[in-house]
Amino acid sequence: MTLALFITILMTVAAAATPLLIAALGELVVEKSGVLNLGVEGMMLIGAVTGFAVASVTGVPAVGAIAAMGAGALAALIFAALTLSLMANQVATGLALTIFGTGVSALLGAPYVGITTTPLGPVFPDALAADPIWRILFGHSPLVYVGLLLTLGVWWFLKHSRPGLILRAVGESDSAAHSIGYPVLKIRYVAVLFGGAMAGLGGCYYSLVLTPMWAERLTAGRGWIAIALVVFASWRPGRVLAGAYLFGAVITLELQAKAAGLNFFAPELLASLPYLATVLVLAIISAGRRGAGTAAPACLGQPFRASA
Amino acid sequence: MFDTTRRRLMAGAVGLAAAASFALPAFAQDGKDTVKAAFVYVGPIGDYGWTYAHDQGRKYLEEKLGDKVETSYVENVAEGPDAERVIRQLAQEGNDIIFTTSFGFMNPTIKVAKQFPDVKFEHATGYQTGSDNMGLYNSRFYQGRAVLGTIAGMMSETGKAGYIASFPIPEVVMGINAFTLAARKVNPEFTTQVVWVSSWYDPAKEADAAKALLSQGADVITQHTDSPAPLQAAEEAGAIAFGQAWDMTSFAPNAHMTAIVDQWGPYYVKRVEALLDGTWEADNVWLGMAEGEVEMGPFNDKMPDDVKAAAQKIVDETKAGNYEIFTGPIKDQAGEERAAEGEVIPDGDLLKMDWYVEGVQN
Repeated sequence: MTLALFITILMTVAAAATPLLIAALGELVVEKSGVLNLGVEGMMLIGAVTGFAVASVTGVPAVGAIAAMGAGALAALIFAALTLSLMANQVATGLALTIFGTGVSALLGAPYVGITTTPLGPVFPDALAADPIWRILFGHSPLVYVGLLLTLGVWWFLKHSRPGLILRAVGESDSAAHSIGYPVLKIRYVAVLFGGAMAGLGGCYYSLVLTPMWAERLTAGRGWIAIALVVFASWRPGRVLAGAYLFGAVITLELQAKAAGLNFFAPELLASLPYLATVLVLAIISAGRRGAGTAAPACLGQPFRASA
Repeated sequence: MFDTTRRRLMAGAVGLAAAASFALPAFAQDGKDTVKAAFVYVGPIGDYGWTYAHDQGRKYLEEKLGDKVETSYVENVAEGPDAERVIRQLAQEGNDIIFTTSFGFMNPTIKVAKQFPDVKFEHATGYQTGSDNMGLYNSRFYQGRAVLGTIAGMMSETGKAGYIASFPIPEVVMGINAFTLAARKVNPEFTTQVVWVSSWYDPAKEADAAKALLSQGADVITQHTDSPAPLQAAEEAGAIAFGQAWDMTSFAPNAHMTAIVDQWGPYYVKRVEALLDGTWEADNVWLGMAEGEVEMGPFNDKMPDDVKAAAQKIVDETKAGNYEIFTGPIKDQAGEERAAEGEVIPDGDLLKMDWYVEGVQN
């Protein structure tokens, strides 16, 4: 395998991993605060369609990305209002948001089918970004770097900052946090909005970078992979990064192997590789020290009722 | 006693009315004033490809027949048990004719057609019916593939094409074979590398598959999946590609050489008019370029003149009935001869095709 091919593969892995990484980090923060948001797929689609629509109207893809974050947050606001203020069941509401997001994005996106826009391409000068060797560092879309910085940011926030500690406290024991005086619902609201914004940003990666167009169900279920990724990573940002790139690698290598004609496995088996990898790693983690279940925030999925 | 009798009277009257309304369709076999037509789509209209083309056909139908037809559609119907539910619901809603537009709807359509003998069903790209109220229709896409193969053979510098394919059903296999045979007529060493993505529509995966093929040395990308994503990948890489089911130039102005355009409109008009006259009969048609069902999109200016001329020649000869891509000698991947010199592979064998010609790597 030539160096050029190897670098191309690495670039593709980063491209496949980034939307999963960003959406999963958002979901990580949400789950750390104790809320289970299953509406990530719907929010990613809403982000994708909004990002594309705004980018094609304004001509500036970066504005589209910011709008995607806003739209994702708005969709998350609906989820937050239902589950935090009205105490609806989080799982059911999340699923409803997914279906809603899929439908609304199709409706809003109908006028934008069949057109394309300038992608959110590399920001470094061509000399570096297009260089056969250096493009591995400089040739990525800005969202790839955002993903890496976000991992660092979320890790630092959760582990080394006071607000992060409060967030984790809310997720581990909401009644204890409440009795100390922290506004549990407000904190969860902020976390959910952040998660929605990140889902929107991850979604717009598909419509602004990977395939600069809008088509219904563009994300094709990657939102669910992002949710699985959070569990796979035992709710740790570093492992989310590793998991996202692992999934990106499996998805990429499956297609590369097919393209190279390596066919000792049936194509269906190769296609199921990302999911088999998830199950395998989950099993390994669960078999390890005290299992993955204990790594989950203790109040995950439980509505908070402020009792006197 | 009085109430029971009145209730019985009412029940009897309702029953009579219901029976009468069931009897009506039987008489309506000889012509109708208006027809209610329903369409079942496997993907979103927004795919700008296969389903978009069918919907354009539906719109053409509405335009041509105006008040005489009332159309409706259901999109994103998954192939399988869910399809049966959707088709049955459309039949129960009083539609006169239901067009099911994907191979995977074959068995659900057969099942529902047997249960609703007064509703007409037409299934696209299948090979089986179960009752005489179900017809089949298909399009000779492979005629378009022959044109694409010729262009690929003439314009490719590496002599290798990447083919993004969905499922190994006869229609897809036919396309791959026609493409490769035509390319090999120009370049006897031409190879086609096939990647199966196991989906009719998954833009991200199609784009990734295209990128993988391009990195493995292909400089022509063609597809049997429904989104324009592979074209975008080809555009970025400076390769050439072709539109699927509709003209996709807007996505790849430099890469998009031409497209196979599915024109379903005239066929839909013909069938609904037959229903309006009362002359509808279950049929099994396989139409192609000569009947206007398969068209080529406009040739890109970047195509050299000799390539344009060669491609146009094949289109003209196919329309005139003088060019048949599946004419022997044809060898399969193992080197065995499947068609002798001058022998044309019959339609029946094409519809069951499960072998690949020399030059295909899958």
